[in-house]
Amino acid sequence: MKIDLFITCLNDALFPRTGEATVRLLERLGHEVRFNPAQTCCGQMHLNTGYRSEAIEIMRHFIDVFESSEVVVAPSGSCVAMIRDLYPRAAEWAGDHELQERAVALGKKVFELTEFLVNHLGIEDVGAYYPHRVTYHPTCHAARVLRVGDAPLKLLRKVRGLTLVELPLADQCCGFGGTFSIKNPETSTAMLSDKIQNILSTRSEACTAGDNSCLMHIGGGLSRLQSGTRPVHLAEILASTEDEVFA
Amino acid sequence: MSSGGIKPAETFAVAAHETLNNSQMRRNLGRATMTIREKRLKAVAELSNWEEIRTQGAAIKDEAMAHLSEHLLTLEESVKRAGGQVHWARDAAEAREIVAKIALAHQVKEVIKVKSITTDEIELNGGLEAHGIHAIETDLAELIVQLAEDRPSHILVPAIHRNRAEIRDLFRKKLGVKDLTDEPKELANAARTFLREKFLHVKVAVSGANFAIAESGTVCIVESEGNGRMCLTLPDVLISLMGIEKVLPRWEDTAAFLQLLPRSSTAERMNPYTSFWSGVREGDGPQEFHLVLLDNGRTDVLADEVGRQSLRCIRCSACLNVCPVYERAGGHAYGSVYPGPIGAILTPQLLGMHDANANTLPFASTLCGACYDACPVKINIPEVLIYLRGKSRVGKGADLESIAMKTMAWFMTDAARFGLGLKLARVGQGPFVKDGVIHRMPGMLSGWTDARDMPAVPKQSFREWWKHREIQR
Ligand code: SF4
Repeated sequence: MKIDLFITCLNDALFPRTGEATVRLLERLGHEVRFNPAQTCCGQMHLNTGYRSEAIEIMRHFIDVFESSEVVVAPSGSCVAMIRDLYPRAAEWAGDHELQERAVALGKKVFELTEFLVNHLGIEDVGAYYPHRVTYHPTCHAARVLRVGDAPLKLLRKVRGLTLVELPLADQCCGFGGTFSIKNPETSTAMLSDKIQNILSTRSEACTAGDNSCLMHIGGGLSRLQSGTRPVHLAEILASTEDEVFA
Repeated sequence: MSSGGIKPAETFAVAAHETLNNSQMRRNLGRATMTIREKRLKAVAELSNWEEIRTQGAAIKDEAMAHLSEHLLTLEESVKRAGGQVHWARDAAEAREIVAKIALAHQVKEVIKVKSITTDEIELNGGLEAHGIHAIETDLAELIVQLAEDRPSHILVPAIHRNRAEIRDLFRKKLGVKDLTDEPKELANAARTFLREKFLHVKVAVSGANFAIAESGTVCIVESEGNGRMCLTLPDVLISLMGIEKVLPRWEDTAAFLQLLPRSSTAERMNPYTSFWSGVREGDGPQEFHLVLLDNGRTDVLADEVGRQSLRCIRCSACLNVCPVYERAGGHAYGSVYPGPIGAILTPQLLGMHDANANTLPFASTLCGACYDACPVKINIPEVLIYLRGKSRVGKGADLESIAMKTMAWFMTDAARFGLGLKLARVGQGPFVKDGVIHRMPGMLSGWTDARDMPAVPKQSFREWWKHREIQR
């Protein structure tokens, strides 16, 4: 299958290893991965912070870039949720019905990595090897907007060498919320401290998730506490093998 | 006085500070919400057709709202036919005056109140006090809040932020009951003794309403304590205040809500007491009945195609109980009698999106979506929050944030500019990076680094890696 990668702006800038891992993983599974360098960002931060017209401009750019793709895969639940769920609404709020139709059509072809693997391709064992103790945090947008369900867990359970430890109160938000973490830093930190307490109680070496924005938040707290538990994107675990270690 | 109104005195971030730093309140809230959360999930899982009832509830409310003025006129007619009187209040001040006038006409010094969040919205207690009339709360939690001269922090459990020991001390002091322990039964008994006496001699009662049925003029209240039943039947005069969105066209519409409400709010299959009354009946119950229909910003909410779903709310408080922000920041942080996720969308809208403090409420959410999953009438709260964030910016001048956001949008709408932006970020971060992470960021970004590190921009972006790889191939 010809897969267009939407790397997302955050991964492009701060977490290129996640992108490399996604490419390596999909290629290992026999797919052709393409990266259109015209891509930038999905506009989530702008829409969620109230900058609607700026978000619409970014969204237009995104649709122009990806409209002709066969299938688009992104290693981020919240960006895919933005595209599939909020693009049509934002276009509707702007009263642009043509854009709305284009958004709905494109939304059907855009997938978050784990839902793409499990629900779309029907694969659970991706041939990964990761000999570590790991706990998994289900990110809110993947869980409640995309409803990826236990797709990520199915993938993790098939990773050789991996010990999966259940995260207590896993469905609780980590407190990131994009600009929420800056506008309401105290509440955000209060939520994060509970999440970290739960992560540390699992005594894992790594906390994984399908979204580097949440992991950046969780990781920022873990690092500040010198905790020794590291944040690792799921793609990096799934791409790791005996021969090549990603994280 | 437990009256609160809906105008926040501070921004959310400022108001949240207090509860966040009060470990006792945090613990009370955390425990209470956790317990009710688990119970609610169980109560909801019992019904295999829960999703259908939710959809039905939302549809009934939407239909009622689409023809609101018709239903209200029908309701008025039906109530009058049943011997009641109907009053229309455009805003809080008008509603307060209507209630005060009725009470004054009966020359009373005291009124009793039940199920009265809408009366708190209009700050009725203060309004009556100005006329020398004292309002006594009869809901146990409302009474606690009133005696403590505190503010309610939850729709259904206004004293959720208090624990038993605090309540025991309060009752010892204010109700004069010595030798009281913190056993719930004893506490309830102390309140009962105090309230029974009031029920028997106070002549005027004020209530809220959960629903009002247009075709029959019937008003409905659901409750757990039985104090409502007393308030609604013992006094001579009953005044019920309701927001205009509480009207339902038909009797049969209550079926969906009497299933949705108890399971969502108290996690009960059925609430212990459900009262229905239509007008007055000679020799039975109050001999004078007044229904006050309150607008107070609701028609403006109704006029907004996206925001209007907020008016479906049946005040079950499920969204509060599942909200991670509410659990930490507490109800007082919302500065309104409507706290939590519903408050974050309802309060600023009722104030016409003109109140700067209230306009910080839609930003008091991570958009995690737990509220939408829990809401029995399917209000898409995250969607409305995002929509209102946009609306709150209308007419706002340029500030540091808007300049930053606009600049970023400029970088993000063109790949060449985007690539340039990545390079600039790598250079710009220079002075802040230490050992591969950023411990301190300047300006508004410092809120992040006060408690969290930030990863440094790596030497190579993904697009640079890709380009490099393509060349090597
Ligand atoms: S918004 Fe929904 S969940 Fe929240 S109080 Fe209203 S009806 Fe209940």
